[in-house]
Amino acid sequence: MRIDVKMTVNGKPVSGSVEARTLLVQFLREHLRMTGTHVGCDTSQCGCCIVHVDGKAIKSCTMLAVQAAGTSITTIEGLAAPDGTLHPMQDAFREHHGLQCGFCTPGMVMIGVDIARRLPGADEKTVRHQLEGNICRCTGYQGIVEAIMDGSARLNGTSYEGPSHA
Amino acid sequence: MGQFGIGQPVRRKEDTRLVTGRGCFTDDIEIEGQIYAAFVRSPQAHARIVSLDVAAAAVQKGVIAVVTIADLDADGVRDLESDLDMADRFGKPMFKPCRPIFARERVRFLGELVAMVLATTFEEAKDAAEHVAVEYEALPVIVDTASALAADAPLVWPENASNAALCWDNRDASDVDAALAAAAKRVTVDIVNNRLVPSPMEPRVALATYEAGEDKLTVYLPSQGGHRIQNMLAQRLPGLRSTNVRIVSRDTGGGFGIRSKLYPETVALAWAARKFRRPVKWRGDRSETFVSDYHGRDQVNHAEMGLDADGRIVALKVETIVNIGAYISENGPRLPINAGGRIIPCGYDIENFHLSVRPVFTHTVPTDTYRGAGRPEANFLLERLMDAAAEACGLSRDEIRRRNLIPPHKMPYRTQLGLVIDSGDFAGTMDIALAAADWAGIAERRAASAARGKLRGLGLAYFVEASGGRPSEEMRLRIEPDGSVSIFAGSYSHGQGHATVFAQMVNDYLGVPFDAVQLIQGDTETMPEGASGTYGSRSSMMGGVALRRAAERILEKGKVVAAHLLQSEAPDVAFEAGIFATKKSSVTLAEVAKASADPHNLPDGVATGLDESYFFERDAENFNYPNGCHLCEVEVDPELGTIEMLNYVAVDDCGIVLNPLIVHGQIYGGVAQGIGQALTEAVVYEKDTGQLLTGSFMDYGMPHAGHLSHISTYFNAVPCTTNDLGVKGTGEAGTCGAPPALVSAVVDALQPFGVRHIDMPLTPERVWRAISRAGGANPL
Repeated sequence: MRIDVKMTVNGKPVSGSVEARTLLVQFLREHLRMTGTHVGCDTSQCGCCIVHVDGKAIKSCTMLAVQAAGTSITTIEGLAAPDGTLHPMQDAFREHHGLQCGFCTPGMVMIGVDIARRLPGADEKTVRHQLEGNICRCTGYQGIVEAIMDGSARLNGTSYEGPSHA
Repeated sequence: MGQFGIGQPVRRKEDTRLVTGRGCFTDDIEIEGQIYAAFVRSPQAHARIVSLDVAAAAVQKGVIAVVTIADLDADGVRDLESDLDMADRFGKPMFKPCRPIFARERVRFLGELVAMVLATTFEEAKDAAEHVAVEYEALPVIVDTASALAADAPLVWPENASNAALCWDNRDASDVDAALAAAAKRVTVDIVNNRLVPSPMEPRVALATYEAGEDKLTVYLPSQGGHRIQNMLAQRLPGLRSTNVRIVSRDTGGGFGIRSKLYPETVALAWAARKFRRPVKWRGDRSETFVSDYHGRDQVNHAEMGLDADGRIVALKVETIVNIGAYISENGPRLPINAGGRIIPCGYDIENFHLSVRPVFTHTVPTDTYRGAGRPEANFLLERLMDAAAEACGLSRDEIRRRNLIPPHKMPYRTQLGLVIDSGDFAGTMDIALAAADWAGIAERRAASAARGKLRGLGLAYFVEASGGRPSEEMRLRIEPDGSVSIFAGSYSHGQGHATVFAQMVNDYLGVPFDAVQLIQGDTETMPEGASGTYGSRSSMMGGVALRRAAERILEKGKVVAAHLLQSEAPDVAFEAGIFATKKSSVTLAEVAKASADPHNLPDGVATGLDESYFFERDAENFNYPNGCHLCEVEVDPELGTIEMLNYVAVDDCGIVLNPLIVHGQIYGGVAQGIGQALTEAVVYEKDTGQLLTGSFMDYGMPHAGHLSHISTYFNAVPCTTNDLGVKGTGEAGTCGAPPALVSAVVDALQPFGVRHIDMPLTPERVWRAISRAGGANPL
């Protein structure tokens, strides 16, 4: 049995016909061919698939496409400005070497934006704790934690005095 | 050196694409008409296949075919065969069984391939795979490394009469035994070096496609460089020439050693694409990745060290058993010898050394190279011995090392198994690290922790590893008519930032703007013929030197062309910042490139184009030797056994640093994986059944951000003397330094309980049990 779903993704209305078991991440990747959102595990541990559903960070492998019907979704592809200017969190990841292979990065950036929104001014320990649901194998998290603190400062209009790599 | 030159912390070219979701990982690629594969894997660790019935699966919706070993045998597909050429000291060769693509009559580890279902959608393939009926007769199982050589251990290969593939040693042990017997002090350690799942974040995936008219097979997959996979794959498929196999890796989500390998899934998919003339995709999920990617480490070591009355080492004897799994992988048995054994004594001056290694078969996933690959095990062993030696000799942990570290005046220093350490300031590096971590102030911090009911410890580790991998690499540079530069790389960046670092180098060498340099990599169609790939922390030295020499060839030819254009002679042409000039006139590199395209602009006998390659081959013994001193500070809760990492200091000698931002990043990543091994990660097999108890990220302890403290990194750069760039590797340093630093810290914290060692990973349970076993009352 197939079910028709409609939702808004990165500001644009989209629709599709899915199986009941189709996950939101499958809908994004396979139906809409938006491949920026990644799948790194099958137990909802890694966080590579995080998107924002109605403004909240959600692991899109834990949600059925039919559950997302009628919602407004933002994916990693929807963060930068239309002219290509990076979102402050994306730019902070680049600035602080918050990525190496780049596979976990979409989820890390999306949770970073979420942390900045929920916990402005979070300290290093808090940010590390908030990343419990995201796994990175390359960076040792250091650049990621710095990027999120800096990105959060930029989004919240405060300043970040991080370590220098010069 | 400008803002984008060598040594600058240039931000990465790769990042804009990757932070905006515009990367291109293998699963992001779709080919029209592709079908999907799902694999049936053995749920048993050791069993006879009594029957295998695919009839029910074959009639499921969407199914195109169900494939077993019979289909591959009928087409003459060859088993995987190790090309390792190893023998014991007396010339007896290693026992080398082949590995069938799908199990033939018997399964030998949980997860081994039994069948493959091809269907029009991925869901249909997976659903139908549930209908493949396999009857197994369970057989006795051996999974434990130390027990594999017991007289009553079930044999993985009865035709070999033992689970040992080889009994190797470097020489007769009698003089080492005599030196140990005569030593003033003698220390012994027994270590279990835990098995790990490398776990790059991108699960394994592949897409094979075939053009029948050309007999051309293309496989898209994550890799660390395609040539070896190309050649090995072609050898498996009858009638297919290696040049008709193309391997393409666009973005690869981490490698860590396991992605330079040809896996049986790849062979099955390639065969299917050719057989059914359809593109075939397989998307391994994480659970499959756990039982199909090669695992890492898994050694047990018994080691004895003898010291004189002054605490100077007089002899070292190491006995290693390495668990290689059910089949011989590409490197498994050689890691404790060629990689680990040759780097022993790991920075210490030890003349008298005996090493014996027994690679053993068990009913487990085969093991192979994982970040560090033999060197972390060797360094961990030496560092545990040094801590034990400090106690036995009544010296501090830094002093015992200071007395034994190889001094600069003894370099080049030849290790017993034949590597030549060219350079390093080991004692100096240690002193920088001790100061940075406030080694002297630990007593005060310990007291402060004790006042809060916590046990504080500071751990120290020195390590030396060998970087460079296989001794050849090729790079090609092409100056485009618009003045931009294309680098065709033999190396393959899968997170290391080559697009950035190589562009910095070209910026320096040729004066070409950083943004005008592009990296072309990951496709056997376009990579240089001598391409080898990225593993063994080799791309800076092997790729870098080849790149530099290719750039020199560009300039050499450019001067000939420029001289012709300027009506001068090549020796009178100087090059600086992108401009060829004589005393009178000048021409830019871009103009020379453009002119070179037309034979009329060239002197007689000069070929068109400004396009040069360099195949760099080094002396096989001239690895480079990254080394460093890492300190880790922890606090242990004696009631709960939990460990909190408070501080980490890494002082590394990576030689000349090409981009400090990226090198720091490599250290952080390596340290995190080392901390993972020491603190949270371990593969656990149930001993009687061989069931994998840690088969997903729910059960296997991947290190998270919260497990780690901030890592402070410093350099004490001593340029390598054996390569043009003075570089040393950096990718694997952290995996060598972190495990011994963390264990040393925890043992230091538990000193009041008399704990001398805890095997990794140091889970709260193990720490708590170690405290309980020590039996003493809480000394706080």
